Amino acid sequence: MSTGRPDGGHDVVERVLALSRADGCIVLVEQSSRANLRWAGSTLTTNGAVRGRSVVVISVVGESVGVRSATVVDDLEDLVRASEAAAREAGPAEDAGPLVEGGAAADFADGAVETPPDVFSGFARELGAAFGAARGDGLALYGYASHDTTTLWLGSSTGLRLRHVQPTGYVELTGKSSGGSSWVGQHTRDWTDVDVAHLDAEVRRRLAWGARRLELPAGRYETLLPPSAVADLLAYAYWTASGRSAAEGRTVFSAPGGATRVGEHLAPAGLRMTSDPTDPALATTPFVATTASSAMSSVFDNGLPLPRTDWLRDGALTALVQTRASAARTDSPVTPYVHSLDVDGGGTASTDQMVASTERGLLLTCLWYIREVDPQTLLLTGLTRDGVYLVEDGEVVGAVNNFRWNESPVDLLGRVTEVGRSVPSLPREWSDGFTWVRMPTLRVPDFNMSSVSQAS
Amino acid sequence: MISSPPGGTAPEHSRALDPELLSLPLRECAAAALEAAQAAGASHADVRIERLRGQDLALRNGRLERLGDDVTVGLAVRVVADGTWGFTSSPDVAVDEAVRLARSAVEVARASRPLNREPVELADEPVHDDVTWVSAYDVDPFTVPSADKVALFADWSQRLLASDDVDHVDVSLQQALEGKFYADTAGTTTTQSRIRVQPKVTATRVDPGGGFETMRTLALPVGRGWEYLTGDLYDWDAELAQLPSLLVEKAKASSVEPGRYDLVLDPSNLWLTIHESVGHATELDRALGYEAAYAGTSFATLDRLGTLQYGSPVMQVTGDRTTPHGLATTGWDDEGVQTQQWDIVRDGVLVGYQLDRRMARQNAAALGVSRSNGCAYADSPSHVPVQRMANVSLQPAADGPSTEELIGGVERGIYVVGDKSWSIDMQRYNFQFTGQRFYEIRGGRLVGQLRDVAYQATTTDFWGSLEAVGGPQTYALGGAFNCGKAQPGQIAAVSHGCPTSLFRGVQVLNTAREGGR
Repeated sequence: MSTGRPDGGHDVVERVLALSRADGCIVLVEQSSRANLRWAGSTLTTNGAVRGRSVVVISVVGESVGVRSATVVDDLEDLVRASEAAAREAGPAEDAGPLVEGGAAADFADGAVETPPDVFSGFARELGAAFGAARGDGLALYGYASHDTTTLWLGSSTGLRLRHVQPTGYVELTGKSSGGSSWVGQHTRDWTDVDVAHLDAEVRRRLAWGARRLELPAGRYETLLPPSAVADLLAYAYWTASGRSAAEGRTVFSAPGGATRVGEHLAPAGLRMTSDPTDPALATTPFVATTASSAMSSVFDNGLPLPRTDWLRDGALTALVQTRASAARTDSPVTPYVHSLDVDGGGTASTDQMVASTERGLLLTCLWYIREVDPQTLLLTGLTRDGVYLVEDGEVVGAVNNFRWNESPVDLLGRVTEVGRSVPSLPREWSDGFTWVRMPTLRVPDFNMSSVSQAS
Repeated sequence: MISSPPGGTAPEHSRALDPELLSLPLRECAAAALEAAQAAGASHADVRIERLRGQDLALRNGRLERLGDDVTVGLAVRVVADGTWGFTSSPDVAVDEAVRLARSAVEVARASRPLNREPVELADEPVHDDVTWVSAYDVDPFTVPSADKVALFADWSQRLLASDDVDHVDVSLQQALEGKFYADTAGTTTTQSRIRVQPKVTATRVDPGGGFETMRTLALPVGRGWEYLTGDLYDWDAELAQLPSLLVEKAKASSVEPGRYDLVLDPSNLWLTIHESVGHATELDRALGYEAAYAGTSFATLDRLGTLQYGSPVMQVTGDRTTPHGLATTGWDDEGVQTQQWDIVRDGVLVGYQLDRRMARQNAAALGVSRSNGCAYADSPSHVPVQRMANVSLQPAADGPSTEELIGGVERGIYVVGDKSWSIDMQRYNFQFTGQRFYEIRGGRLVGQLRDVAYQATTTDFWGSLEAVGGPQTYALGGAFNCGKAQPGQIAAVSHGCPTSLFRGVQVLNTAREGGR
């Protein structure tokens, strides 16, 4: 029977480390609880209250590593032995190195934090009211609300005892009417900052813009990319920023002869792209916690503190993602991946103010189905979604058709002519996996709308 | 390349159910949960207990990058109470936890009731009492020592790296063993196990002056075991031997001139176009708007069933969850419905959808049927079942042409092999795809590779331009491990069979020029 339940994650960590016979051992224990609501056509479709758990044992034998994960905790010895056997079978790991050393955090022995059972009670009441109002006004509301609380404990045979609690909530609201489709979304830590009436009002404001429908052909347009769209584009650039791969000549950040583009000006002067796990508004795990090595991560780095890192500073590329192993190989600073992104160009204009200063251009809502077309230039393709608006003489004059676009976020950064005020944002496409971002609206003079999409 | 005749029946085999799944207190937990749910007022309840094992292995330039092995065990309870869904899940497979989950699911349903305007009713289905099903494979990949896997892929890597034209090699293998137990208040009980593997080999050539080019093997994921890597099902040796010269030819190829071309699409490319433009577009939950806020809707709305001219008259598309070695193939779905095969597009006209029990009941009049066709699936015990894609496949012509004959009928065109980039809009109209290899066709003959090719079209225009499908000798099964849908996000593995096919006058882009180069 698999009925074992941990007294606490710290207890599981200690039990695993006591069982370990490997040269080195890292344990990651996660306990999560998640609640969600989903709706379509102004009525509930699905919901859920879900608990999760994982125990990851990383055994190091010589230069080899074995990783075993499980959700059950009553057969920890089997898990530890399997991890050790895997390490003995695997052969040398290419990123092998000493484990991170450290001590115990003060909160290590604290228990798991759970998502409150009434997390959606106020939100659900307000949502029900919005449903009723929508029905009366001929609108239909669609969307999703999710709140997850994950407690992570990390321990190692080198003394590390770390704990982190990550609350992650977000809501997306889509409205549909004869005026088309509109969308708003935001992330949240505790739902005290979620105002359904405000979200609903913004959805309705945009649907009203769609009362006048216009058709525009494919082509290059001056375009205002709102924060959600910027987040989805720059997330792709960030996920491609492996220092090792760049030095191997196989990313957009590569330069001839085994060099990288670090130092090159890619964006307007004054633009900064940063990851900071201690930023109160974008707080994420402040130390490396990874279960697999890749071009962007190394299991040997588990527990390594994550400093604030500027990836772009004053428009210049200042760092790529480097593990300790790749940093040593490329003679670069250690700059591990952080699970948040903050872009700021010092702009103060809101999106509405940027609309007001636009003679003629397109205002987008968000982007969708973004995929890599050409890794050499990081050319991406995707769609506009939930509202493309024509701006003339400083005002939105109507909604236009959707487009398929082809653009490289790296190339695009170099063509930006205005950077708006940075605000907390939710990527439309990557909302669930890359929730913690702060982004500005960007003005691009010649965004490539490759063809017209009939989707509405 | 794997070939299998469409519409066949699963071969006899003697594989056993996952003993680790069977060691869990399946029936005790199910009985306790179902009883507790009914006692709490549920009109319907179902229980899933799952044990999912996965292994992810990757080598970079012949050295091990990662090797991870994961086991997920969990118990899920779904109920209908007061006409509203309630769903709960836990990693603890125990009787007391099952009871707690059942009561909690009813509470979740009742708490959600004020937001629900459409009472949940399910299509009636026959009861299947304690039935079992195991997918067809020869060698359970989890019984193969990791050292053997690493040694094989290191050998493959070294063979490629021995070429002056290859600078980097990435090899990866994903393996999955999916064990599911299902029981519901109607009396159906199913126990099933499935195995699947996804190998990938990518070679990269770096130009010392800047720039690089990649090429990936054409082998696609499949519902088989380790035999797919070492047996005679796929000619790895031949493809690995050809890869360096194909890669350097592509790197030195002419950049395509954009415009309209006749396209001959190999099954290794066409499967993904089918997936996006037909598979997703004929999911009824999309057509009804349930995915409007996330995955999207469909132009193929229910009112167009039986009248929508989806493509040319040679277009025959089926859905099934029975194709041997198909990634969506199983015995019963996650609502206890027996799987089957049915028509989706017949003679170019939309005639069917992919369904679950609720949608089948709710839309019986419009559909002309009152039963589900078995497309409910949840990718883990943490997630609620939703309608997921069957193996949606384009059928070959009984006496259809060979690939060479199709190419021979093209004056100016491109033969596209392998999948790479894909994207389609949220109503499944506008799409853009690339590939691994693009061979220029002139005067009915291949004259060498092109580069920077993408094709872009609107779904019904594209399928309307389908002039010919190849014969059964050109048919192959492609597929993916990572089809995404729903919130919270779920992934599903799915296969798509198709023959080589000829499309006339499709718009081709030059991706370098699209990027402003």
